[in-house]
Amino acid sequence: MTEPLIRFDGETLGYGAVAVLADFRLAIAPGERVALLGRSGAGKSTLLNAIRARLLVTGRTTALVPQDHALVPILSTYHNIYMGRLDRHSLAHNLITLFRPFPRDRQEIGALARDLGILELLGKPVDELSGGQRQRSAVGRALYAGGEVLLADEPVSALDEHQAPAVLERLLSAFPTSIVALHDVGLAASHCTRMIGLKDGQLLFDVPAGQQDPDAIAKLYAR
Amino acid sequence: MRLPSSMPAEQALGQRRIGRWQVVGLACLLAALLLPFADLAISTPSPRAVFAALGRGFLEPDFRAVSQLGQALVLTVAIAFAGVAIGALVGLVLALFWSSALIRTVSLCLRGVHELIWALFIMTITGPSAPTAVLALALAYSGIFAKVFAEILEEADPRPRLALPGEGLSLSGLIYAKLVPSLPAFWTYFAYRIECGIRSSAVLGFVGLPTLGFELDTLFKQGQYGGAAAVLILTYLLVITLPLWLRRPALPLYVLAAIAYVWALPRLETSGLGLWTLISRDIVPAPLRNGAWADPAGWEAFANWLWRLISQQMVPGIVATLILGLFAILLTGLIAILAFPLIVRALTGLGGSVFGHVVLVILRSTPEYMLVFIGVQALGPSMLPAILALALHNGAIIAHLIGRQASQLVPTLRIDRPHGVNLYAYELVPRLSGAFFAYLLYRGEIILRESMILGILGIATLGFFIDSAIAELRLDRAVILIIGMILTTAIVDQASRRIRRMIGAQAVSATACR
Repeated sequence: MTEPLIRFDGETLGYGAVAVLADFRLAIAPGERVALLGRSGAGKSTLLNAIRARLLVTGRTTALVPQDHALVPILSTYHNIYMGRLDRHSLAHNLITLFRPFPRDRQEIGALARDLGILELLGKPVDELSGGQRQRSAVGRALYAGGEVLLADEPVSALDEHQAPAVLERLLSAFPTSIVALHDVGLAASHCTRMIGLKDGQLLFDVPAGQQDPDAIAKLYAR
Repeated sequence: MRLPSSMPAEQALGQRRIGRWQVVGLACLLAALLLPFADLAISTPSPRAVFAALGRGFLEPDFRAVSQLGQALVLTVAIAFAGVAIGALVGLVLALFWSSALIRTVSLCLRGVHELIWALFIMTITGPSAPTAVLALALAYSGIFAKVFAEILEEADPRPRLALPGEGLSLSGLIYAKLVPSLPAFWTYFAYRIECGIRSSAVLGFVGLPTLGFELDTLFKQGQYGGAAAVLILTYLLVITLPLWLRRPALPLYVLAAIAYVWALPRLETSGLGLWTLISRDIVPAPLRNGAWADPAGWEAFANWLWRLISQQMVPGIVATLILGLFAILLTGLIAILAFPLIVRALTGLGGSVFGHVVLVILRSTPEYMLVFIGVQALGPSMLPAILALALHNGAIIAHLIGRQASQLVPTLRIDRPHGVNLYAYELVPRLSGAFFAYLLYRGEIILRESMILGILGIATLGFFIDSAIAELRLDRAVILIIGMILTTAIVDQASRRIRRMIGAQAVSATACR
């Protein structure tokens, strides 16, 4: 087996002094597509944050799709997507882009936006977009950023049943390794390779996709 | 320790909460005890004659000096735009480095010194020119902008920045995810400050700079009341018509035109030598000059010098400032609570409320410094004109704000609500008392700051001693007194914050205050 990308060995994860995941054990190998399942508050976001912090320390490049999208309201969709690569351009390039985007960037972001169905929205400020359009903008930013690992928190929750699979596949196929919190078990089974169930800060199951036990799923979402 | 956010502030502070009216009672008691120490004398021979003459001036305003007044009017506006814009730019840069204690101290000093004091200081080097006024405004306003812009940046949503690769720690990340989203708030505050800047610019004329205040000062002292009334009328027109021409899209154009205009004026030659003399010699305490700092005797002389300065000027100046401020704040509150019904139509009817609006607009629009100036001309340089003028001006501002809220409140009350005095006493005053105290505390801080400055008009507050020291070119003394002024300002801000927490009044956002 290859060296794991990330490993937790009985650690306590949480915000500040509040422990959300106690005595937590998990290893993720490069190339995996991991789905995190569980009710809200089960610790999915905490785990994603902990993974991101760990990867930042080890120098891996990550792309993030936060659950709240974290877009800049007064900037256009184009600029929000462009922000994914702020760290890879010079300050001058970034400042000029604020006023007038460069043709090469525009082409690349245009192609990406077409895949996501938001091409005609690129010039609009994101605070004029619907929830689903904003979510696709946040996905666009992560795609434009690229990197070794994708960390996404409910990246397609606001999309309908036709768009969600397409956008999710477009997103996952762009990264060697992905860790995605999802609430849709079907989507997780069809697009990921591994499924992890979290409940009340505990690891409930950790199985290859397609081998999940319906009873365990029922227990995962039970009160 | 941070309180959990779910706990309402009032509940958290419940144990220490003191009734608002108890605070008012204590303040009144204090004022009564201090009454013997307040200088409320009328020292002019015939105050009534001055007011009568000014009244006649208003009936027959003399615009003959209009060419001169026109120049002063244009300069007042140009200096305001240029000074506020430069201040905003410098303030923005300072705000970006707000985590540095040095930057925070620098901007505290910049805003702790009133623009009039900056002007007096700069004039010792440059003389009374328009660029001096621009520089004075820019210095004072840069400190104010730095603080407010830093607060706006702090309140910016941190999430977009954290979502970026590498957590957006680069300068580009800062610009895209923090600075750009804050631009609308910056812009709003800048437009508000332009209004304040125009009033400040007019007042800078009183220390000899070429704006409207200078014309008022000259005409008044020459007894040309018709001309003085014309200046006041021009000031009202300028302030009242602001919303008509102060359109945001045109602001950058105004700013550029203003800077170009001031730049193109003939300038007095100033050499760097003046500045160097100021720093190397003039602000060094006199007992330590010419190498005396190397001698222990020099330091002993310095200690004596400092003690005399503090005990004979700084402390009496600060005490007078606080007494004057306390009286002015109490009278402001009284005027505000009695005057706000003037603009509530349900209480005074259509005609009454129109009249009320006119009165309040005139009192609000006259810069308080101008009101005090007129009061001092008529009554002499005691605390009396300062208290009256500060209270009339600030009382009118609060009455306007509370009255506006009351007018919005009336239609939401029950249909069988009481009328007249009962409506005022049982519905409006109790419901609006929270907002009233919040505004009063906010304006109270401003009143105390203004009280210090009013010394320039001859009232024995801290500004009087600073003005005298600068006039005698004893800049070493002026610097020490200014340090006292900055400290007083800082202490007043702290005290106000504490009182606000004690009585559970909310903070007032700075732009909501006129």
